[in-house]
Amino acid sequence: MYIYDEVDKTLLAERLADFKDQVARRLSGELTEEEFKPLRLMNGVYLQLHAYMLRIAIPYGSLSSNQMRTLARIARAYDRDYGHFTTRQNIQFNWIKLEDLPEVMAELARAGMHGIQTSGNCIRNVTTDQWAGVAPDEIEDPRIFAEILRQYSTMHPEFSFLPRKFKIALTAAPHDRAAIRVHDIGLRIHRNGAGETGFEVVVGGGLGRTPFIGKTIKPFLPKRDLLSYIEAILRVYNQHGRRDNIYKARIKILVHELGAEKFAAEVEQEWLKIRDGVLALDREFIDDIASRFRYPEYESLENGVRLGNPDFERWFRNSTAIHKKPGYQIVTISLKPAGAPPGDATSYQMDVIADLADRYSFGEIRVGHEQNLVLPHVAQRDLPALWRELAAAGLATPNVGLVSDIIACPGLDYCSLANARSIPVAQELTRRFHNLDSAHAIGRLHVNISGCINACGHHHVGHIGVLGVEKNGSEFYQITLGGRADEHAELGTLIGPAVPYEQVADVIEDIVQAYVELRERPDELFIDTVKRIGVEPFKERVYAAH
Amino acid sequence: MPLIKNGRVAEDAFTVADDDTVIADGDSIIVPATRLLADAQDLLRRSGPTGVIWPNNCDVAELEPFLKDLALVALVFPNFRDGRAYSQARLLRERYGYRGEIRATGQVLRDQFLFMLRAGFDAFAVTKRGDADAFAKTLQRYSAFYQPAADRPSVKRGRFRAGEGQLVVKTTV
Amino acid sequence: MTSPLQQKLKITGPVVITANRLSDGAVVYLDANKAWVTRLDDAVVARSAEDAAALLKIANADDISAVGPYVAPVTEAGGVFVPGNLREKIRTSGPTFELPASPER
Repeated sequence: MYIYDEVDKTLLAERLADFKDQVARRLSGELTEEEFKPLRLMNGVYLQLHAYMLRIAIPYGSLSSNQMRTLARIARAYDRDYGHFTTRQNIQFNWIKLEDLPEVMAELARAGMHGIQTSGNCIRNVTTDQWAGVAPDEIEDPRIFAEILRQYSTMHPEFSFLPRKFKIALTAAPHDRAAIRVHDIGLRIHRNGAGETGFEVVVGGGLGRTPFIGKTIKPFLPKRDLLSYIEAILRVYNQHGRRDNIYKARIKILVHELGAEKFAAEVEQEWLKIRDGVLALDREFIDDIASRFRYPEYESLENGVRLGNPDFERWFRNSTAIHKKPGYQIVTISLKPAGAPPGDATSYQMDVIADLADRYSFGEIRVGHEQNLVLPHVAQRDLPALWRELAAAGLATPNVGLVSDIIACPGLDYCSLANARSIPVAQELTRRFHNLDSAHAIGRLHVNISGCINACGHHHVGHIGVLGVEKNGSEFYQITLGGRADEHAELGTLIGPAVPYEQVADVIEDIVQAYVELRERPDELFIDTVKRIGVEPFKERVYAAH
Repeated sequence: MPLIKNGRVAEDAFTVADDDTVIADGDSIIVPATRLLADAQDLLRRSGPTGVIWPNNCDVAELEPFLKDLALVALVFPNFRDGRAYSQARLLRERYGYRGEIRATGQVLRDQFLFMLRAGFDAFAVTKRGDADAFAKTLQRYSAFYQPAADRPSVKRGRFRAGEGQLVVKTTV
Repeated sequence: MTSPLQQKLKITGPVVITANRLSDGAVVYLDANKAWVTRLDDAVVARSAEDAAALLKIANADDISAVGPYVAPVTEAGGVFVPGNLREKIRTSGPTFELPASPER
């Protein structure tokens, strides 16, 4: 966890006072809605169908138990007792009042939290691997550079009014758990031939109306050059990104229209003029930021987990992963129990998780973009006790990565941009697939549901993607297959005409059934079967039946 | 439209000339970019100061040859959400070392003053009178910053006060 | 893009003007006294595009009580007006599922 210093604390306190004043000036009418809207968006305040929504930043998905308790208190005191964890590692509260915001923000600020730049045409929460710092396959902890980027991008005077939102993600492992190739800038920490670590820079990925997989414009960027290179990209985008049409305003459109090579050349031209300036990151600066990260004092333990209880064993094999430290395990907390809205947690559950984090995970929690939580440092000997307590609070459904571990946006039940509902579709699917034996037999299968083309559910990169559309006043859903968000990122393929709301769950069941019949071996993953045989066989099955 | 210069409301010493205005030798005028590019020699050799309105979709590199003789560059925010002029201002200050007045025009609102100042603006054609009166107070809002900019080009992150319209201007890094 | 205020309004049935209350984001409707009310029953109903446009203009002029006004369809059912599509139904009744709840203390 990064510990704030005087500069960090001061900026947060000053931002709080600034926003408080802006809210007051809005309520008095001194600011019109047109003038206020970008300001409130830059503090994470949206207007949804029934109320304001507050999106609170959880920088690169790292949360302390104290911060989780603060979120629980806010849920109880100012909202309806629950919160929603998002696909960008943030949390959303759906029932906030504008007039309560100054108090809410003050309480958040006391815990070092805020909604700064979680919306607006500026640089958003920099996200990373939820296993950062503990994954055995990572080269180094990407959160150091995520924090450097977070600070650099906060209230940047030149880049606070970009053509559109801007999202950056980092990974430091060969297996990309942060979906960097569908971000505006994706950064992969890796080693070059000489053994030095640096960044592969990928630009112009994104989902939404015109999805693109990002293009590598710099295969290896030394660490020293990170901020100057990012500044060059942003400056090119700020000046040349389209401002005439919001659907063509993301950097992915600029990269596509110029072509990756020409875009890279423009960036290079700008970059060469600033690379040796003040943005050059020296060792001292990096070490200063790194010095404020606290790491657990791990014990020297042996590997060994006592299995015995079959339910515990199933949870252990599904929801925990190998830690880089012997004797420790990474625990994923599923927020996808059967019948529940995916990614939600009640204030009670938040308090339970905070308490468990204190006792079993050095006070640290992570938020994953698949809308589950992680306890990153659990000693294996503590797993049985932890499991029992998680299960008692409804937090131990062993469906991580399975068909019922659905990623869904809030959809028409909450969001004013939506065309169709997504949460009830997810709920019905979790009911259909609640049998853990069959879910386990189906294997790893990512279902992503978006309620509109803005794709906040990341449906384009779901193994099964579901996109809600409106047809003649009714809800219909397009189904895509074969998307993936990892290092082999690919956009899904549409299988046919949209199906009505009432049939979606049946259609998904048919697709899963087809897969089970057509896979070469039980352990051929759904995504690999789709790759092997294409979408035709699935299309036939679905449209023959309906 | 009140003008802020040197941190307070001030009289505008300049008038805006269009393509046809007759300009006298001693006049303090601001011309459109087209006129500057067409008549630079004549305009800039006058005794009176010349300024230019530079559109936000034009490259400030084109202005470089004239900067040493230009008293003022007016950059444009067609609406306050269009942030291109921030890049232009920084380039003028930090790349080309421009030391004359950089004036914010267009929709210039209180909540962007500090960004503008940090980007290199030192004069503001403020849209609302109330905002102009609050200028000095607005600058006191923040003392902590996370990135170098035109006002503190050599500091990556730190605590310092944004000046009341006085920029610490450095030449090109 | 033409401003919504200038776009020619077309309606296919009775409509109300709805928005969100500035202070708390609650769903509100314009009533006959140009005030914002929380009950759809109390909303003024327009049956022509001209009337709807006139009401929308009034609503847009008031930036301080309510935000983002627009024209929303209603359906007449047994003498009462109810929301005319799923989105408006959700705005009046809330999400279409049970919200998560902590266990009773």
